[in-house]
Amino acid sequence: MGEFKMKDQIILGIETSCDETAVAVVKNGRDIIANVVASQIESHKRFGGVVPEIASRHHVEEITFVIEEALRQAGIEYSNIDAIAVTEGPGLVGALLIGVNAAKALSFAHNIPLIGVHHISGHIYANRLVTELKFPLIALVVSGGHTELVYMKEHASFEVIGETRDDAAGEAYDKVARTLSMPYPGGPHIDRLAHEGEPVIKLPRSWLEEGSYDFSFSGLKSAVINTLHNAEQRGEQINPADLAASFQESVIEVLVGKTLRAAREYDVKQVLLAGGVAANKGLRSALTDAFADIPAVELIIPPLYLCTDNAAMIAAVGSVLYEKGKRSDLALNANPGLEM
Amino acid sequence: MKVLAIDTSNYVMGIALIEEGKVLGEYITNLQKNHSVRVMPCIEALLNECSVKPTELDKIVVAKGPGSYTGVRIGVTIAKTLAWTLKIPLAGVSSLETLAANGRFFNGLISPLFDARRGQVYTGLYEFRDGVLRSVREDQNILLSDWAQSLKDLAKPVLFLGNDVPIHQDTVNDILGDASVFGSISMYNPRPSELAFLGLSKPDEDIHTFVPNYIRLAEAESKWLEQQNNSL
Ligand SMILES: [Zn+2]
Repeated sequence: MGEFKMKDQIILGIETSCDETAVAVVKNGRDIIANVVASQIESHKRFGGVVPEIASRHHVEEITFVIEEALRQAGIEYSNIDAIAVTEGPGLVGALLIGVNAAKALSFAHNIPLIGVHHISGHIYANRLVTELKFPLIALVVSGGHTELVYMKEHASFEVIGETRDDAAGEAYDKVARTLSMPYPGGPHIDRLAHEGEPVIKLPRSWLEEGSYDFSFSGLKSAVINTLHNAEQRGEQINPADLAASFQESVIEVLVGKTLRAAREYDVKQVLLAGGVAANKGLRSALTDAFADIPAVELIIPPLYLCTDNAAMIAAVGSVLYEKGKRSDLALNANPGLEM
Repeated sequence: MKVLAIDTSNYVMGIALIEEGKVLGEYITNLQKNHSVRVMPCIEALLNECSVKPTELDKIVVAKGPGSYTGVRIGVTIAKTLAWTLKIPLAGVSSLETLAANGRFFNGLISPLFDARRGQVYTGLYEFRDGVLRSVREDQNILLSDWAQSLKDLAKPVLFLGNDVPIHQDTVNDILGDASVFGSISMYNPRPSELAFLGLSKPDEDIHTFVPNYIRLAEAESKWLEQQNNSL
């Protein structure tokens, strides 16, 4: 038998679906060897939210800088790269287009395989940069645009068992924050404020029909606005910290409750937290408490820098898709409504 | 020296490959189709057909706008990524200048234009002097009627070029009368080979910081600036 030499698998990841221009290099699907994120948040703050056209313009300004920095940090040559994984959707179409076209240009110039990746599968695979995944598992994905429960029976197999019927959890956070006159992005402000108050204000819990894993947050958001409005009309003062705490408690109770039930019903080995709202301290501690009683289920919560948008998570998915033989061609397009 | 030129700034998609004194290949369509899907396969096909590898390219030239924001960005992103990763120079050329090049043998001024909706156009004023295309008035976003009025004062024949000329032909005629000249339809697509040759005489861009010339601010930004000025 001839000499067999193990070769490391190297994936370059590119992510531009919203307001972060991100490029990363991941080795063997697990080890981050470069992870560069250029955030535009300061530029969007003055508009009170991400402006798609501005985001697209910033991505063009940043893209080659960020790729160069990632390659420099990783200290690799193009010949070391097995594949380029890029977010093809969902997201802002104009923003996605920059990453997709830069990835295609690189793929063409150096004849490197190209793989289109679903952004949310990236958030889920951020967990694989923390620890090896064990199947079956349930992932709770909560971000500005998504609230989903995803069942995975094996690598790269994603079954959405529950999703939001109206607002995403992160959207509800931002809207409630705006109602309380807090600056964009509102999520972290509500989270912080909630810890200063008590959940003494009665707000609804949206469990939806029996057995459903779907979510709905627009009713809760309206209840918060009505509570403020009614108090104003009666000339009463509402403590914003108490309102934030009550709102946060309602959101978290439903998120954690449904995740727990799914974990039991699907008899999973792991529960993963994913998406930008995973940075929420209230959610982290509630999940940790809930699963403390179920030692058979391993709860994984990625560090903050892997919860927000980054390209290491895209490369991590790219790694398993590459092994499974998935390839995209140079006609790869941005797909803002891409299904999982 | 092999130069690849890319223009996706409007509906017209143009890709050209030139070499010293020779256009090796040129591909132009005028279709309302998705540039993002078609450009890279088209570049690949053209280079294959010409037996040129990407690593054999010596320069990239791109139409930098004005035009459709998304369209221009696709071309610029591909161009700057290719130039940066292949370690070759990048040149940017005005999309209007590229179109103006079709008026090479016209003895007068050339006004290439793209429709910008609500009576507005992107246009500029160009002129061939000693066989070299020169800018007479810089690219701008202006009401077509205001533009035509301002040309009237020059008392020179003006050639209008571009696929959007028919939208504005009547207004131009009303204001400029005999001074207005219109190209033929076959002169209305900007040609990527012209883009490539124009790019040869342009300075090398700083690739990382190279961005499209949108001419206009993003809507949210101009509104924001307006608010800032009002509150002063
Ligand atoms: Zn995300």
